[in-house]
Amino acid sequence: MKNKKNSVLVLGAGIAGIQASLDLAEMGVEVHLVEDTPTIGGRMPQLDKTFPTNDCSMCILAPKMSECVRHPLITLHIMSSLKDISGTPGNFICSVIERAKYVDPVKCVSCGLCEEKCPVKIEDEFDVGLRKTKAISRYFLQSIPSEYTINKDHCLYLTKGVCKLCSKVCPTGAINYEDTDKEIELNVGAVILATGIDPFDPIGFGQFGYHRYKNVVTSLEFERMLSASGPFGGHVERASDGLPPKRLAFIQCVGSRDISIDRNYCSSACCMFAIKQSIIAKEHNKELEATIFYMDIRAFGKDFDKYYDKAENWYGVQFKRSKISEIKELPDGSLDLKYTYENGDIQYETFDMVVLSIGLQPRAGSRGLSEDLDIRLNRFEFCRTDTFHPLETSREGVFVCGAMSGPKDIPESVISASGAVANAVKYLELERYDPSVGSEDIKEKDVTGDRPRIGVFVCHCGINIAGVVDVKDVAEFASHLENVEHSEDVMYACSTDCLETIKQRIEEHDLNRVVVAACTPRTHEPLFRDTISEAGLNPYLFEMANIRDQCSWAHMNEPEMATGKSRDLVEMGVSKARGLVPLLRLPINIDPEALVIGGGLSGMTSALAIGDAGHDVYLIEREDVLGGNMRDIFFNFDGTDPQQFLAETIEKVENHDRIRVLPGSTIEEITGFVGNFRTAFKDSTGKREELTHGAVIVATGGNEHETEEYLYGSSSRVVTQKEFERMLHEEEFPPGKLKEVVMVQCVGSREEGRMYCSRVCCSKAVKNALELRKRKSRVNIYFAYRDIRTYGFAEEYYSELRDRGALFFRYTLENKPEVEKIRPDDPDSRIRVTVFDPVLEKDVVIDADLLVLATAIDAPEENLELAKMLKVPLNSDGLFLEAHVKLRPVDFATEGIFVCGLAHGPKDMSESIAQAKAAGSRALTFLKKKSILAEGTICEVRTDRCSGCGYCEEVCAYTAIEVDPEEGVAVVNDALCKGCGACVSTCRCGALDLRGFTNGQLFSVFDSLEIEASEGIR
Amino acid sequence: MSEWQPKILAILCNWCSYAGADLAGVSRMQYPPNIRVVRVPCSGRVDPLFIMKSLQSGFDGVLVSGCHPGDCHYISGNYVARRKFAVLKPLLEFIGIEPNRVQFSWISAGEGERFATVVTKITEDVRKLGPSTRLVKKL
Repeated sequence: MKNKKNSVLVLGAGIAGIQASLDLAEMGVEVHLVEDTPTIGGRMPQLDKTFPTNDCSMCILAPKMSECVRHPLITLHIMSSLKDISGTPGNFICSVIERAKYVDPVKCVSCGLCEEKCPVKIEDEFDVGLRKTKAISRYFLQSIPSEYTINKDHCLYLTKGVCKLCSKVCPTGAINYEDTDKEIELNVGAVILATGIDPFDPIGFGQFGYHRYKNVVTSLEFERMLSASGPFGGHVERASDGLPPKRLAFIQCVGSRDISIDRNYCSSACCMFAIKQSIIAKEHNKELEATIFYMDIRAFGKDFDKYYDKAENWYGVQFKRSKISEIKELPDGSLDLKYTYENGDIQYETFDMVVLSIGLQPRAGSRGLSEDLDIRLNRFEFCRTDTFHPLETSREGVFVCGAMSGPKDIPESVISASGAVANAVKYLELERYDPSVGSEDIKEKDVTGDRPRIGVFVCHCGINIAGVVDVKDVAEFASHLENVEHSEDVMYACSTDCLETIKQRIEEHDLNRVVVAACTPRTHEPLFRDTISEAGLNPYLFEMANIRDQCSWAHMNEPEMATGKSRDLVEMGVSKARGLVPLLRLPINIDPEALVIGGGLSGMTSALAIGDAGHDVYLIEREDVLGGNMRDIFFNFDGTDPQQFLAETIEKVENHDRIRVLPGSTIEEITGFVGNFRTAFKDSTGKREELTHGAVIVATGGNEHETEEYLYGSSSRVVTQKEFERMLHEEEFPPGKLKEVVMVQCVGSREEGRMYCSRVCCSKAVKNALELRKRKSRVNIYFAYRDIRTYGFAEEYYSELRDRGALFFRYTLENKPEVEKIRPDDPDSRIRVTVFDPVLEKDVVIDADLLVLATAIDAPEENLELAKMLKVPLNSDGLFLEAHVKLRPVDFATEGIFVCGLAHGPKDMSESIAQAKAAGSRALTFLKKKSILAEGTICEVRTDRCSGCGYCEEVCAYTAIEVDPEEGVAVVNDALCKGCGACVSTCRCGALDLRGFTNGQLFSVFDSLEIEASEGIR
Repeated sequence: MSEWQPKILAILCNWCSYAGADLAGVSRMQYPPNIRVVRVPCSGRVDPLFIMKSLQSGFDGVLVSGCHPGDCHYISGNYVARRKFAVLKPLLEFIGIEPNRVQFSWISAGEGERFATVVTKITEDVRKLGPSTRLVKKL
């Protein structure tokens, strides 16, 4: 392939598109991000909170949105669509239509006057019709980009030729009614599709009375109601009478798992979504009672079952396994639900409000898009992929990520996005680059010795802060503080226009320190630091006062006290700012090689992703052969052959000129830090060798749980699903007839000691049962299960198995199936299984010829040792703990180390491949750089004060400080120091200090409120 | 405002307790507005002198909070902190600072509710004790 282009087109700017764009841009790739709506962000901004941590969705997304729009290599094309791809992979021509916006984004200052004056009210798409917006508007308050656009279908001037009010009030003359659609051509090397999903629309789904009954809402509408930034400010009210609901019902699987409407797939996220909403609703109103009506609770993700347990046992959410047969509206607007338990009992119950947990469906227009771009869809009109190529469309060079290829939650979307990037870079020709080159263009202003000139910006955050705190008063107060040269209140400090304002003010008032009083520095400090840096200030000359999360939101009923507290917080911030000094970020060299630990499917896939991108990879495997757990997998639902794929993969890895396979090796020591790791290992002959590398990928896999339950180990007729699969493959069954086969699910999972779902076992058991049926059509198959969790497209196979006569008995932890040998002394005896059938409400006895156990997936014990070597955390289940469960699912908090596959948590082969590729591409975001910059907030030693006592050495967890034996004083390794400050507070001589949090700076903060403090709060 | 309101300094670690305080806000949990928060990277950064200095500056109470033992973002910083506080506590008592005026707690990033409870408790405790005068310099 010649003329490869180092640019990629990403279609869809939801979380998947944003992640893919950021990863590519960090590797030095030029990105064209094409988005249909006027803003990036996709579905995530519509969410109030995210499960299972209850993180605020917008809070975690906003920094990524800002980073995306500010990245110099990412070009945004909003209100645009992709019409056609021509050319060849590596050199595509994409034709993109940019629709008319009718507002000049360069001139628009997002003041909102136009929206205020616009006479046309229309339904707000973002708030799913729960409030009105105008024909000229911002898509939502924190839209990025923030400029306004006109809806041409509703604008009076554009439809009827009258009005023009917006252009009359616009202070900058930004309105342009003559704007037209434009077609542009983009020359790119690869295309990544991330168009996401639509929520299922239950109109016409008569039985639940949606749209007929006022108090029946969809889960997305309910989410907007819960959201503090939503149409009701977070106060859930009934549409019928405005009263807060006391009794809330959630109905699951609306538009999912439903053959009658051709949606025989599980939407995967709605169970957790409903659990989250019930928890949040109860947190809003402790008196509220929530009931979830469901078929199976599919809490299959990492830490999901703990969340489910918390909802049930801590928050008291009621879970009722039943079918809703009828909803009737009562005269007061309440709703009478008729539901049937599995034993046939019919119940009636009245609720104030009903939430329909709607499923996810392909985006409207998927069919047309697939025809335009010549890619194939599956039968539900999601993008078609196969088990081993989960991120590839049917067209070479065009990749897919996010929920476009099937229902996914946020972390899976993020993983698939990073994974798709690894595929795309194969079609590019990337050189390693030095990000510090070119940044010298911005000359940093030397402020040494200058009197502090502080600028204070107090944010309204819409009404989030200003609704409680008197923001103008706080800004006025700040203007009188010593060294404050400028103080003002701003609507949204983080908006692109306000960031420009801050830069302007720095220029106008010659500011050399900036304080922003707004939300929390945890999410927004990087953004503001970048901003002042663009204005020529050292990024560390910045301080934040948290007057939203820790003030206005926490003292909503005490506006005066909250205003007083905000003043104090600003004053403390100004005191801190006064003492701030510029900090240097030193460049850290990055070695281009990577180490991958674990030679299973995940490890090999990661190694290939990095090797194919032109970097040397060391692949360490403890065993003598590659393949890991995959060696025991023989079938897939889609008919693809795991063993063939495994053999091909091993061959690719072993013959790859960039990959050095180190089988039979054990790691003895890993030292170093991002870009500069050093690993010592013993190879199969016992010889010790050392490697240097820039990144580490942990792909150590998982183990099948060794159970002692259900006679396992003492009977030849009790096997695990893994053993059963091999049996099916080799067609070697236990001697004698094979007539009755019982499968027991959740063996070791979801109970004391392993409070998690092993995720793959339900689908695996269904798959193996169907394979058994193919071979022995007369076998009777029985399942003893707790919840069947065949999420996604596996649902179809589950219903196929049911149709083909397999019987399912649900058991509970208190009433597990009982097993005994019919002939107790005979290891080959048939097994008598007694299981309680909740449908018939009595015990069922099956004399099984074979008992197949779906045993849990265990985290290997060796994880602990490796975690210590790498200084990365494990969760309580012994699984590696990622940096952030939603948005950093393959990263560790420690830079340069990544995780994938079963080491992160139970997952199937498709998911492992996607995550392994993601880990590879996340590693490449470092490896593609020749150097990165270290943190500025690290420790420093005043050698004249140091007595060399060595106490600092003892408390440092990173071996970042050591006493130099010759000089007799402590020395800090800048690249290793994480800036915790433990050594500083331990130092007897006051020789140590932490840059950015020095004793002097902190003392001045403690002292800043002295004058009024003795009298308490004013 | 007629009623005396105590002013309390809260020194919170960035990764757990500060995040927990944010979560309390995001969850709209309401607690008394008497605390003034200072963010430090880790509870291990907290020097006993910080506490003395705050009381001297006129704060009526001090709350120090870090990650739960075992959860420290910096692996062991909170253990370093815990050892220091164990020594500091009796010293404070010895110089006449009532035990409830200075409190230590462990609050994770997921414990917004706990943060609200802890803040409510220390505020009420300090309110009962009245203004702190022991270390305040009177001019």
